[in-house]
Amino acid sequence: MSGVRPAARRHLLSIADLKRDELVELLALADSFAEVVDRPIPKVPTLRGRTVATLFFEASTRTRLSFETAAKRLSADTMSFGASGSSMGKGESLRDTVETLDAMGIDVMVVRHHSAGAPHQVARWVRAAVVNAGDGQHEHPTQALLDCFTLREVLAERAGGQAPEDLDGLKVAIVGDVRHSRVARSDVLALAALGAEVHLVAPATLLPCALEGWPIAGAGAELDELLGEMDAVYLLRLQLERMSAGLLPSLREYAARFGLDAERALRMKEGAVVLHPGPMNRGVEIDASVASSPRARVTRQVRNGVAVRMAVLFHLLEPAGSTPGSPEGLAGVAR
Amino acid sequence: MSARIAGAVVVRGGEVVSATGTRRADVLVGDGIVQTIEESLEAPSGALVLDAGGCLVAPALVDLHTHLREPGAEQAETVESGSRAAALGGYSAVVAMPNTTPAIDCASVVRDVRALAETALVDVAVAGAITVGRAGERLVPFAELAGLGVRLFTDDGTGVQDAALLRRALEYAGDLGVILAEHCEDASLAKGGLMHEGSWSSRLGVPGQPALAEEAMLARDLALVRLTGTPMHFLHLSTAGSMRLFAAARAEGLPVTAEVTPHHLSLTDAELASFDPLFKVNPPLRGEDDVAALRRACADGLIDAIATDHAPHPQEAKEAPLEDAPPGMLGLETALSVAWEALVAPGHVSAARLFSLLSGQPARIAGLESSHGGPIAPGRPAQLCVFDPAERVLVEPERLASRSANTPFAGRSLTGKVRHTLVHGEPVVIDGKAQR
Repeated sequence: MSGVRPAARRHLLSIADLKRDELVELLALADSFAEVVDRPIPKVPTLRGRTVATLFFEASTRTRLSFETAAKRLSADTMSFGASGSSMGKGESLRDTVETLDAMGIDVMVVRHHSAGAPHQVARWVRAAVVNAGDGQHEHPTQALLDCFTLREVLAERAGGQAPEDLDGLKVAIVGDVRHSRVARSDVLALAALGAEVHLVAPATLLPCALEGWPIAGAGAELDELLGEMDAVYLLRLQLERMSAGLLPSLREYAARFGLDAERALRMKEGAVVLHPGPMNRGVEIDASVASSPRARVTRQVRNGVAVRMAVLFHLLEPAGSTPGSPEGLAGVAR
Repeated sequence: MSARIAGAVVVRGGEVVSATGTRRADVLVGDGIVQTIEESLEAPSGALVLDAGGCLVAPALVDLHTHLREPGAEQAETVESGSRAAALGGYSAVVAMPNTTPAIDCASVVRDVRALAETALVDVAVAGAITVGRAGERLVPFAELAGLGVRLFTDDGTGVQDAALLRRALEYAGDLGVILAEHCEDASLAKGGLMHEGSWSSRLGVPGQPALAEEAMLARDLALVRLTGTPMHFLHLSTAGSMRLFAAARAEGLPVTAEVTPHHLSLTDAELASFDPLFKVNPPLRGEDDVAALRRACADGLIDAIATDHAPHPQEAKEAPLEDAPPGMLGLETALSVAWEALVAPGHVSAARLFSLLSGQPARIAGLESSHGGPIAPGRPAQLCVFDPAERVLVEPERLASRSANTPFAGRSLTGKVRHTLVHGEPVVIDGKAQR
């Protein structure tokens, strides 16, 4: 033994890096962990002795708590680093900060940053495996995985139990501020890779400037034309600063054109569901009554987020040679 | 037997580049000037003989756009280190941009930079700002600075946003024999943009800067030139749309010139997929169509000059997240090779034309044509760049002469190497090594 910790074999930086089969594999792995999450004592010893650090250079509560919960349920030690109140405030660079934490022997760094690509940069500097927990307007891969996992559950319900491998044939409309949304970027890639038909719905000011190469069926500003055909409507959070930037005239106009109100919800297909990455602006992109209706799978997304993040942490740290489904790889998990 | 010549150097065995082509000849240099050019020269006793076998012997290059960072950011570059980088890149003269701290906006700072340049390895011409402190509010004393020999004025780093102010500047400076140079970037359109707005920025979720930010200001400025008749030079044009606008202005006969950079001739916005701030630059790296349009414009004579926009930044600044890192990249030590690969190797332009873009034409725009930019002829000041187009060089950032290492070509192998550089007859670079 050299005693030197080897560099991480893999990271989760972008859905764009994953092939369909890898996505399918991660979702299947998450099935095992979803079962753990539902146990009376939802904890397994799988990652005992491993350390997972959350490095959030941008405020977030739910994503950080979800990762920390996932790590704790795998018996990993957790550390938490926030930019405020840290040495970053004293002018320490991102590189020095992550190299310092790396030197403490962290196995996984879960990084959120306001600048696109920061987790990619961190991955070049550290030995730890890096998980992108949201970088600027670029990607939020674990959100996309939990969204796909949640939609897969919907297909399982329809089929009477057994979840299909992927989302083949599912029609999904992503509605709202796609241009500035890391959630949308990851979801479009993941949904399309898994066989779903993806439509983007937003005014031109909130659609990406150029959509060449996007694996989508269409993009436009007409929600009502699509609504009756969709199996799922994914509502994005509208950032209120979009109004001051002149991208939208008013919240009122946005809600009238793109908000999922009770009347629109009535026109959705039977069994069609509503997803939202949270936090919701009730009364803007989603009506309160819709948010509390059986169509809304928002709390299910949150619950699945823990299972999916357990799967991701496990996948990054699984012992060399074990396959995700193998008994030794999943010791203590799926008995 | 000729009389002994001070500092005699014979450049032997190369192909001498002229406006029309190349011819096999040796060049005898002494007293700072070219003495004789003959097919086979006997070296005078005591002369230094430099081997130019397999090389092009060209007029040394002239850079219209160098950020030497002194005064104010000496951790990134100094006049001395930047001039060494220039010499290694085959340059005999550079124009120092005025976006220093303080800005070069008054006689005393002009004199300070000139004093620093006295011991530099290459000649340093100083450009002045258009507005005091480059703040875009009040005009600099154009006449006083012109009296000191300042020829180019620019607020480079930003464009002059206030159209009325630029109009006044053009009117006021119109009879002073100077040129106003613009960094075309409409601040309202470019705001927040970290890379070129297009399919890559959309995919990467990186805020984009549209081509229109450059083109809108270029169109406005061309209208101001039409109105005032004062000549303007356009810095680092980067889009296909700018080429169209500029071609129309040229066809109309407006007194305008333009430069493009080696990096805009060779790299695209696809590089940003790495999120590496080494590729963050203003104007941003553009799309493939833009690169193709720039190459065509160099080939058909529309573009006057290739200028580096050499912009040193210290390592810690460029290791920041993309959003926080400053724009800019090194250029002096790689410009000739990069331009060769972009233009000569694929057959867009001849070697002679490339040297015209890098040397003769920029020398005229900078007003340095009496002593720089060729032709290589007896009696002319001896500014020579001896370039071996067959050699390949690996770009190793830590070995560059610049104080900074922010080259986007790190780790790449480039075509061609500057073997020797002579400045006023002095061999400041021999066999790729700076002599001081």
